[in-house]
Amino acid sequence: MKNCYINGISAISAQDTFESDFLNSAVINENDNILRAIDPNYKVFIPPAAIRRMAKGIKMGVATSAQALEKAGLEQVDAIIVGTGMGCSQDSEKFLRNIIDNKEEFLTPTSFIQSTHNTVAGQIAVRLACKGYNFTYVNGAISFESALLDACMQITSDEANSILVGGIDEYAEHTFSLYQLIGLIKSAQDRPFSVLNSATKGAVFAEGATFFALENTRKESTFAQVIDVRVKNKLNQEQVAAFINDFLDKNALNLSQIDVVVLGNNGDVEYDGYFKKAAAHLSESTQIYYKHLSGEYNTASAFGVWLASNILKNQQIPEIVRLNSIEKQQYKTILLYNQYRGLDHSLVLMQTVE
Amino acid sequence: MELGEIMMKIAITGIGIISAIGTTAEENFNALINRKSGISNLENLDTIHKETLKFGEVKLTNSALTERLNLPENHNFSRTALLGTFAAQQAVKSAGIDDINDYPTGLISSTSVGGMDKTERYFYEYFDNQQIQKFITSHDAGDVSHKIADSLGIDGLVTTISTACSSAANAIMFGARLIASGQLERVVVGGSDSLSKFTINGFNTLMILTDSYNTPFDNNRKGLNLGEAAAYLVLESDKIVEEQNKQVLAYLSGFGNANDAYHQTASSENGEGAFLAMEKALKMAKTSPKDIDYVNVHGTATPNNDLSEGIALQRVFGADMPLFSSTKPYTGHTLAAAAAIEAVYSIMALQHNVVYPNLNFKEKMQEFDLIPTTELVEKELNTVLSNSFGFGGNCSTLIFSKA
Repeated sequence: MKNCYINGISAISAQDTFESDFLNSAVINENDNILRAIDPNYKVFIPPAAIRRMAKGIKMGVATSAQALEKAGLEQVDAIIVGTGMGCSQDSEKFLRNIIDNKEEFLTPTSFIQSTHNTVAGQIAVRLACKGYNFTYVNGAISFESALLDACMQITSDEANSILVGGIDEYAEHTFSLYQLIGLIKSAQDRPFSVLNSATKGAVFAEGATFFALENTRKESTFAQVIDVRVKNKLNQEQVAAFINDFLDKNALNLSQIDVVVLGNNGDVEYDGYFKKAAAHLSESTQIYYKHLSGEYNTASAFGVWLASNILKNQQIPEIVRLNSIEKQQYKTILLYNQYRGLDHSLVLMQTVE
Repeated sequence: MELGEIMMKIAITGIGIISAIGTTAEENFNALINRKSGISNLENLDTIHKETLKFGEVKLTNSALTERLNLPENHNFSRTALLGTFAAQQAVKSAGIDDINDYPTGLISSTSVGGMDKTERYFYEYFDNQQIQKFITSHDAGDVSHKIADSLGIDGLVTTISTACSSAANAIMFGARLIASGQLERVVVGGSDSLSKFTINGFNTLMILTDSYNTPFDNNRKGLNLGEAAAYLVLESDKIVEEQNKQVLAYLSGFGNANDAYHQTASSENGEGAFLAMEKALKMAKTSPKDIDYVNVHGTATPNNDLSEGIALQRVFGADMPLFSSTKPYTGHTLAAAAAIEAVYSIMALQHNVVYPNLNFKEKMQEFDLIPTTELVEKELNTVLSNSFGFGGNCSTLIFSKA
C-alpha cells in the first residue's frame, strides 16, 4: 500500500485564493445571497480565442488544474478525476433556452457540446494530452468526495502514480433563480447572512473550482496526505456520532486523536443540526468552518480539503475560520465532515506527513 | 504491482433492463435473437423532430411506469429516475436478494440527462406554478441515484458517474473496484437515460442523427437513432457468492478506461482512446485478443464513430477479428445507459451462446474489411468484449466471461 500525498493544490473561489497565499485577504460577505468566484487572469492558462467559448466552470477547472500541477512540479498525470454536482450548467441553460425560445429551430451545437458533465475533465485531458483514466462524478454534495475516493484507491493500490482530482461547480442564472424560488438559496430579506447561529432556511450559494495533484511519493511540495474517504447517501442526526466512530475505528483512531474537525455548516437552520451533532461529538478538537468564506455549492467541500491541506502544511489556523478556541500544540490529524440537506454525507481524513 | 494482478473476477448475480425492445431481460433477449428492432416513431415526447426522426423509445408512459412501480401519484420522479428504478428493482430481484443491507451494499449509477425531461418542460413555468416546483430538485443527476437507492433500501455508498455515452461502463468499473478493494461486498451498477428534447436537438445540431434506421458499420451509414433505456447489474463478492450459494450469471473479468485526448465530441482518426481502453481491459483480464469470442461494438452508426472504432479494432485484433455486432439498431443509442444495456446483452450472449445479428448492414465500409455478424450465430462463447465511447474523449471497454 502506498500513501496518497497531496503535492499541489489550487482554488478559485469567492475569496482571493488563486493568486494570493492562503486566506490572508479573506473577507466575509454577509450581504449577498449569491457569491461569484473571483476570476484570475485566465490568459495565462488559456489562449484568448478559446477563453471566449468557455463557460466559467471550464475556465476555472483548466486554470486550477494547471496551477495544482505546477505546484506539484508535474507536467503529466496518470488519471484525471473530477467531481461536479451540477456540471456545465451555463452551457446547459444556454442550449435549453435556445431550444425553448426558438421552438427547436436555428440551433448551433457549441453550447450542447460543452454541456455534458464531463466537459471539464475532457478539456483538461485534451490540454495535457492525457490519455489515461478520465472520470466525472456527479452526485450532489459528495461529487468531489467520490472523485477523491476513486483517486485515493488508485494511488494506494499502485494503479496510478499521479492523479489530478478536483471539484467544480459554476453559477448559472436560471438554476440559481430556481433555487431562490424554492428557498435553497436564502431570501434577500434575511440579510445579514450569518453561517453561525442562523435562524433562516437555505444557504448562500456560490461557485468555485478546487484541484489537487495527488501522488504516491512525498515531495518538497507535499501539503498533507489523504488517509481515507467515506460517503453515505443518508443519515439522521442521531446517527452522526456512530458514522464518525465507525470511520475512525476503521482507521484505528480515537476521537482524542482528531486535532481539527472541519465542518460544512452553511447556515441552513433546518440542517445545521447535523454539524452541531458532529461538533458536540468532537468537542475536544479544534473546530473550524469555511462556507462563510466559500459559500455553498455541491463541491464546496473541496474548498474544505484545500483549507485543511494548508493548515497541515503551515501548522497555522486563520482566526477567520475558527469555531471554538481550542488550541493544539500541533495539527497532525484533520477530519472533515460535510452533508447537504441531510443527504450525501462525507468524511475525509487527512494527516501531516511524517 | 500491476492492476491486473490485484483484480479478482467480479461475479454478476443479477440483471435488470428496460429498453425499446422490452421491459424484462427475457423480452430483450427474444427481440435480439428474432431481429425485432425497437426503433419507431415517437409517442411520449413532443418535439418538432418527431415526424422526421425515429427513436428507440420505451413505450410505457410515465403514468404506466408510476403504476408499475407503485409510486404515489404526486411523486417527483423524472423519467430517467422512473426507468432507472424499474430496471434496478428488477436486477435486485433477479439476484435473489432478500435483505439488501445484509452485506455492505452500494449503488453506482450513471446518467447524462438526469431530470432534463422535467426541466425542459417546466423551464419557465416553474416561476408561475407552485404545483410543479417539486421537480426542480429532480434535475440533478444525483437525484436519480438517491431515488433508486431509496427504492432498493440501500443505506451506504451511493454515487453517480456522468461521462456521456460511456457512463454506465464506468459505473460498472467503479463498482467492481469497490468490491475488489474490499470496501463493499455488493454493488448495484448501471445507468439510466430518458429521451429529451435537449439531447434530440443537441445530436441533431451535430448532424449525427439518421432520418432512417441506423446502420452500424455500413459504408452508407448516416448516423444514429437516439434511444432511452435503463439497465443495472448486481455485482457481488466471492464471499457472498460462497456464503449464500449464489448463482453467478457471468463474471466481469476486465475493464479499461482511457481518454482519446483529441476533441470534445469527435473521435480520433487512429482510434487511440478506444485502442487503449481495449488494451487495458485485455491486460487486466489476462486475455489475449484471440480469446475474445464476440465483440459487442459501440457501433453508433455515425460516420466518425464506426470509422474510428473500426481502426481501433483492427489495431487490437489485426486480421483475426472476432465476430462482432452492434445492438444499436434494436435499441437506438441510449447514451449513459448504453454500456449497461449492452453489458446485459453481453451477459445473455454468454449464457445462451449466441451472437446477435447486426441489423441493417448492407455494404462493407471502404476503409477496411470489417463485416459485422448479420445473422444469428449460435456458438460456444467464453469471453465477450463490449465497447462504449463518449463525448469528452471518454473510451471504456468491459470484458465478460462465462460463469
